[in-house]
Amino acid sequence: MNKHSRMALTIGLALAAGSVWAQKSASEGIDEYRAMLQDGNPAELFEAKGEDLWKQKRGPKNASLEKCDLGKGPGVVKGAFVELPRFFADTNRMQDLESRLVTCMETLQGFNGAEIAKTPFGRGEMANVTALATWIAAESKGMRFNLPYAHSQEKTFYEVGKRLFFQRGGPHDFSCASCHGEEGKRIRLQDLPLLTKNPGDGIGFAAWPAYRVSNGQMWGMQLRLNDCYRQQRFPYPGFGSDATIALATYLGVNAKGAKSVAPSIKR
Amino acid sequence: MADPMRIRAQASGDKATVRVLMSHEMESGQRKDAAGNTVPAWFIQEVTASHNGKQVLAAEWGPAVSKNPFLQFAVKGAKAGDKIAVTWKDNKGATRTDEATVS
Repeated sequence: MNKHSRMALTIGLALAAGSVWAQKSASEGIDEYRAMLQDGNPAELFEAKGEDLWKQKRGPKNASLEKCDLGKGPGVVKGAFVELPRFFADTNRMQDLESRLVTCMETLQGFNGAEIAKTPFGRGEMANVTALATWIAAESKGMRFNLPYAHSQEKTFYEVGKRLFFQRGGPHDFSCASCHGEEGKRIRLQDLPLLTKNPGDGIGFAAWPAYRVSNGQMWGMQLRLNDCYRQQRFPYPGFGSDATIALATYLGVNAKGAKSVAPSIKR
Repeated sequence: MADPMRIRAQASGDKATVRVLMSHEMESGQRKDAAGNTVPAWFIQEVTASHNGKQVLAAEWGPAVSKNPFLQFAVKGAKAGDKIAVTWKDNKGATRTDEATVS
């Protein structure tokens, strides 16, 4: 090879390498990685477990959850996920999917709801709540969010959620809006969705429950919010607390029309 | 008992693509718990797959394989209606077999 052609080759390679870098941003790289993982999303394992748990007779009352009313009537699962959180007349409070499941486990199966709410994420009955939520979310995959927004409580919770979203505090003087109140923010390589409006199909509220590859855990919305507060160095909110449900109502109402992709897969 | 696997097998041309998701902790034995004690190793050691009862794949796995592992392979000559069975055995002797029909 003569000197000239070698030089040309080197430049060619440099240009090729340069264009590869220019073409693929870090977030595109992550998208590609996610697409590769999508094929074998372990959330499916939790879906299967959740479906079993729904139909299985369990608990002190040896009953299944098949009569559980998730807002669309007893036993109706399809479409329930995209209309939660909502107001439930029987419990006279706003409930999200996970807190509603705990109510059903208490009333139908005889479990102690307060005990479950105190259980750490990923353990005992709490892990079962997450699996159930995963399956129920999967049953509404591809449907569009349409939270009811007529009851006075639903409107109150939306407003409270909005306040909480912008409320700054903790040692870092952080709010949810610090990260999710502007376009184009990220943590390390993770793009952060703008959650004060509809962030689009399958983003933000429409992406959880999700399987986290990095720690091999299945996360529901309750744990997602809990961990957001941890990252803000706030005290942990209680499981199914009004604060978390108000925030979820705010995010859910904002996501109106967004297509649910849950259960999704995260890095 | 271990949770079931999810097996999907799809025929295209003269082969079938099999995708398997296994539910397993896959503890490497390198981690310590909150009290500083080593979490004992617990992982899948042997994986075998058979096509209509005839073994087509045997693998030895170790602690470096991820939690809830995903395995994909192609079986030559498998067509719709054939049975694909996958078995794993872990280092504690627990085992699980699941079967799927090629579609």
